[in-house]
Amino acid sequence: MRAPSGPLLAVGDILLAVENVSLSFGGVKAVSDVSFDIRKGEIRAIIGPNGAGKTSMLNVINGFYHPQQGRIMFKGEARASMRPHEAASGGIARTFQNVALFRGMTALDNIMAGRTLRMHSNFFWQMLRYGPAMREEAEHRRRVEEIIDFLKIQEIRRVPVGRLPYGLQKRVELGRALAMEPELLLLDEPMAGMNLEEKEDMSRFVLDANDYYGTTIALIEHDMGVVMDLSDRVVVLDHGIKIADGSPAEVKGNQAVIDAYLGVAH
Amino acid sequence: MGLLYQIFIDPFVQMGTAPDLFVQTLWEGMVGGMLYALIALGFVLIFKASGVFNFAQGIMVVFAALTLVGLYDAGVPAYLALALTIAVMFGIAYAVERAVLRPLVNQPDIILFMATFGLTYFLIGFGEFVFGGDPKVMITDQLFLPKGAVTYKALGGIISVQKLDVAAAVIASIMVAGLAVFFSKTRIGRALRAVADSHAAALSVGISLEQIWVIVWFAAGLVALVTGIFWGARSDVSFALDVIALKALPVLILGGLTSIPGAIVGGLIIGIGEKMWEFYWGPLIGGGTDAWFAYVIALVFLLFKPQGLFGEKIIERV
Repeated sequence: MRAPSGPLLAVGDILLAVENVSLSFGGVKAVSDVSFDIRKGEIRAIIGPNGAGKTSMLNVINGFYHPQQGRIMFKGEARASMRPHEAASGGIARTFQNVALFRGMTALDNIMAGRTLRMHSNFFWQMLRYGPAMREEAEHRRRVEEIIDFLKIQEIRRVPVGRLPYGLQKRVELGRALAMEPELLLLDEPMAGMNLEEKEDMSRFVLDANDYYGTTIALIEHDMGVVMDLSDRVVVLDHGIKIADGSPAEVKGNQAVIDAYLGVAH
Repeated sequence: MGLLYQIFIDPFVQMGTAPDLFVQTLWEGMVGGMLYALIALGFVLIFKASGVFNFAQGIMVVFAALTLVGLYDAGVPAYLALALTIAVMFGIAYAVERAVLRPLVNQPDIILFMATFGLTYFLIGFGEFVFGGDPKVMITDQLFLPKGAVTYKALGGIISVQKLDVAAAVIASIMVAGLAVFFSKTRIGRALRAVADSHAAALSVGISLEQIWVIVWFAAGLVALVTGIFWGARSDVSFALDVIALKALPVLILGGLTSIPGAIVGGLIIGIGEKMWEFYWGPLIGGGTDAWFAYVIALVFLLFKPQGLFGEKIIERV
């Protein structure tokens, strides 16, 4: 169907650039005039206090929200906005802050759903269980099993995800996003609500996904320790405005960031 | 004592002493129930995929039948009229997505439910405007559907089976089997179940809601057309049919709103139950029970099993 298009990028090239994006709901400005870029192969963190506009930013990138101003450059192509399924077919996958899984389906089916865009067989052949269509299905299944092994969720593959504990749901959701073989993976608070051990596991999966699959990752996270350990570069938002951008060490020492987190009056 | 005998013993004695009548009633009930099941199936398809309770499903049945007969009356050959009607059902699916669902996306369920009321009255008005309000006769001969009855001498009596009903049963079974395979084995089917569970997540994996909605409304339209043909053949084709379409509601309560097997089993239970009740117990209270019996069954189910026979229990981790 639609293969990811555009030029082949080398590691370190700009994969996605947010340029002067502003977004408001009614009179409320969620994001004002924010610019930053995400380079191929890196782990990019977006941090900031509550209400800083981080999730809004992610929603702009994957097409859930359409910015009033500014544009997004993705793989060298400019666009003001796109529909979510277009973003997905372009190679952007995401997870959600409050886990959005297909609750009635098993873990396996959830991750299989991530392969939707990569299935090409006509539904008619699939219904007839026709040879080539079945081989394609088997090939997708093999890739999904790889991801299941990677995330160490073999035991729960047949369990409807609604019954799984929260930490495992987050893992299945990551699996579904990885099954899309995205070029850019957006993670909205992948460690929210987890205990220390679960956080460590999840950090390991994020790092491994980045190493092993070479996936570029943009993540929102509140846990500063996690952010400092994982990310290559960090962008800091506060009240919808970008206040800092740089390596974890640079950002950590930035006075504006310290003020934002400690709540100095603006 | 006599009354208790009449209620609890006598009907079963009758069933035992005249098994031919029993089988005949059972068959009649099954055929009626199958048509209820088909209407309920249309509801379930749409509800599963979009969470919309489509009040217009019953009217879509009438509208499909009316379009088919109307086109034929206007001089279009029967099979071309059938093809055109299928195209019209696709047109309705597309228009509903564009004009109703898309502008109302993310609105509360009750708003979408009300919108389907609007759709109901639009289809009634539009149908009467284009094809007129007179009852019409279904073109069963022209579609080469069998007519007449076969009678069997069995069980000490005669059992008579309408060939049309047999054809309806066969075609309905093929259609249901096809839909079941479509929704369980194909990429589109998986996408459809995904949309039913979470819109945001479905979008994030690249499923287009618009496309899925058009597909399910079209599927529901096809089910409506098949239902309309066989129902129209049993009575006239007119908007008076929609009273019967309301029988789908008890079927849905019985079967659960989200289950295709539920719709089928629910339809059969209601159809058979109502015929049996009317035949064996109806005379005790003067007959005419099939107008209300289905709703009483539904009420009993609501008391004891509100999620229906096959409905999904809502699993919630606390």
